[in-house]
Amino acid sequence: MNSNEDYRTTALIQASLRKRYARERRFRLYGMLAVLAGFVFLFLLLADIIIKGTPAFTQHYIKVTVDFDRDSLGLPQNFTSEDLARADYGAVIKRSLREMFPDVSIRAEKRRLYRLISIGAEYSLRDMVVADPALVGKKRNIWLLAHSEASSYLKGQVAAATEEAERKVKDVQMRWLNALREEGRTELRFNTTFFLAGDSREPELAGIKAALVGSLYTLLVTFCLAFPIGVMAAIYLEEFAPRNRLTDLIEININNLAAVPSIVFGLLGLAVFINFFELPRSAPLVGGIVLALMTLPTIIITSRAAIQAVPPSIHEAALGVGASKLQTILHHVLPVAMPGILTGSIIGMAQALGETAPLLMIGMVAFIMEVPAGVTDPATVLPVQIFLWADSPERGFTEKTSAAIMVLMAFLIMMNAAAVYLRRRFERK
Amino acid sequence: MMKTNVIMLFHSAAVAALLGASTTAPAASRDTISIVGSSTVYPFATVVAERFGRSTDFKSPKIESTGTGGGLKLFCSGVGANTPDVTNASRRIKKSEFDNCLSNGVDNVVEVLVGYDGIAIANSAKASQLTLSLRDVYLALAKDVPGKNGELIANPYSTWKDVNPQLPAVNIEVLGPPPTSGTRDAFVELAMAGGAKSNGDLEALYKLGADQESEIRTVMKKLGVSGAVYDAIAQSKGKAPKGKDVFKALAYAVREDGVYIEAGENDNLIVQKLEANPNAVGIFGYSFLEENGDKVQGSVVDGVAPSFESIASGNYPVSRPLYFYIKGAHVGKIPGIQEYAAEFTSNRAMGEDGYLTERGLIPLEDTERDAVREDIKTLRQLEM
Repeated sequence: MNSNEDYRTTALIQASLRKRYARERRFRLYGMLAVLAGFVFLFLLLADIIIKGTPAFTQHYIKVTVDFDRDSLGLPQNFTSEDLARADYGAVIKRSLREMFPDVSIRAEKRRLYRLISIGAEYSLRDMVVADPALVGKKRNIWLLAHSEASSYLKGQVAAATEEAERKVKDVQMRWLNALREEGRTELRFNTTFFLAGDSREPELAGIKAALVGSLYTLLVTFCLAFPIGVMAAIYLEEFAPRNRLTDLIEININNLAAVPSIVFGLLGLAVFINFFELPRSAPLVGGIVLALMTLPTIIITSRAAIQAVPPSIHEAALGVGASKLQTILHHVLPVAMPGILTGSIIGMAQALGETAPLLMIGMVAFIMEVPAGVTDPATVLPVQIFLWADSPERGFTEKTSAAIMVLMAFLIMMNAAAVYLRRRFERK
Repeated sequence: MMKTNVIMLFHSAAVAALLGASTTAPAASRDTISIVGSSTVYPFATVVAERFGRSTDFKSPKIESTGTGGGLKLFCSGVGANTPDVTNASRRIKKSEFDNCLSNGVDNVVEVLVGYDGIAIANSAKASQLTLSLRDVYLALAKDVPGKNGELIANPYSTWKDVNPQLPAVNIEVLGPPPTSGTRDAFVELAMAGGAKSNGDLEALYKLGADQESEIRTVMKKLGVSGAVYDAIAQSKGKAPKGKDVFKALAYAVREDGVYIEAGENDNLIVQKLEANPNAVGIFGYSFLEENGDKVQGSVVDGVAPSFESIASGNYPVSRPLYFYIKGAHVGKIPGIQEYAAEFTSNRAMGEDGYLTERGLIPLEDTERDAVREDIKTLRQLEM
């Protein structure tokens, strides 16, 4: 009877065991599917951005025989450098293009011809002539920046099969561009403008530099405020503050603050810093302060967790050999907690880098061409630049938008890499 | 080593924070022009700002797209370096906004008319072009429409065919701007009100004056509107309302049952959604129609299709003037304001072949342009 019962129990266990194994296998499969789904989405997103954005890093130049004729430039006999700066370089380019395609006579066709060259070419010719006035009256072969539409055709982004009315690049422009390409007068170059210029309404002249510098200034202000204040608050709350109702209340409030939608901080920034303290609108200073308020709770919470994680033995050993509380904290607790604090801070900063909503309220969502020279100059930031380009009617901005996203992601990856590097360094010691 | 590192880190952070704090003194003046306002004028103003910055020694102005109402609110908030110098508007400044300006000490306002913009009612180029009348637009989108017995009822129409048997039997689905937008203001004022006047009672109401309270109440009764509406308007205005005020309350209300979808100030987004959904209809500025002519097509409204010529001639019924306003008190204090305005109104910007015209701005007549330039030169003060 005993053995019979044993047998039955074993059978029961075996039956249920099989079920338990199956359940575990299923559970593992779900987990893998979840990871796979995440990867697929991430891959699709990245692939889309990279495929769309890569063409933005190159653009075409067209070699034009420019005749710096004094009459076309509208210069007087004895011209000054001021006259040179004000001369009509657009007319020179137009004349040169007409000379290259002498059979173009209809007005509408001429306008299409002029649209092959970017408006920015006028300014680069101006700078050339101002730097070297001896050019006036001479003929030179000069590589001029192509219009974004012409460039997009040369890059093969315009399908010739679509109906002419539905294309920005017309048949006749395609013919001219093909002719230029056969003569070796077109060239694809790396787009340095994208990294060296501020915003522009012409896709081929638009650059990311103003937004990049704006982001740097904003983050600098954020870091200088949020890091010291956040870490000091964490140290005080962990090491010095008594445990009572008041500190409990403060703790709950800090945790709640971390969950407040970021736009609320923007409203606060508008009401307090701009309207009350009269700080300048659209400045990285105000943006930085607002973002610092937003990242403070994150830094305080992660720093407290890092300090809490320091083994009590270190703490007590230091106190035991006669170190003061300040010495204990500065010499023993903080160095051990530093990797955690830095990781938290950098993640907080990365979050601030991607933020646009609070900046809308304080006027940093704006068209700004100039690269800011300080924290009080009008500036915009990378995510705002992406938003503004995505909103522009010109087609050429589609690829710029994706390229700007790539720059922003590179920035984020750099910041996260810095966090990993710093943590390794501190941990090794 | 380790501890000095940590201490150094702290010190540098603290010093930087102090430095940051010491530069927080308010900036007394600016050398960049600050511009706010309409999202419709924004694409034109930014092009002018860019050319202005590149071709002169002035810094290029900073332009925020806040919507017409938001821009005028900021503009009228006072005089000083932290208020905007110029605001763009896709409609004329309202009396109430002008009064707000005056009460905040902004008394020298210069009005500049820059051109016209049509509001396109468009759908995907893949669908067939719609031929609408203003009445169709009103009946499709108003919150309350006249029912069989002449009384206003909640809008019962769900397809375009219900509105007008000649239209296709597709569900009405309209993507348009939110109430803060000047495009929306102009749309309700031009299209909705125009369509509402096709109803005899509503038109009669529109024409009644403030002294005809009993007549207004009679028409309201005919329309099945409670007298409380009149009292509420009277209370909010602080005086007896005109028939026009009651008309606005009745005809300007857009349906809120999900048929009209507020698509934000992002006109590109509307174009994208129209491309994805051939049944949807979108409302946006003409410049976006021109840029995206291969993706969307404008509907014919009252027999006229939106085109450069039809808007410039005033034949297209849903078109409106575009303005910007200059704060006269800032001219001379912030460098370049008058020069920027001169660039905006120059021939190479808004002339027949100007770069703004190329981007879809409908230019002024020559005489109008001369008058506008004169106003800028003399800083003629706006009076209302």
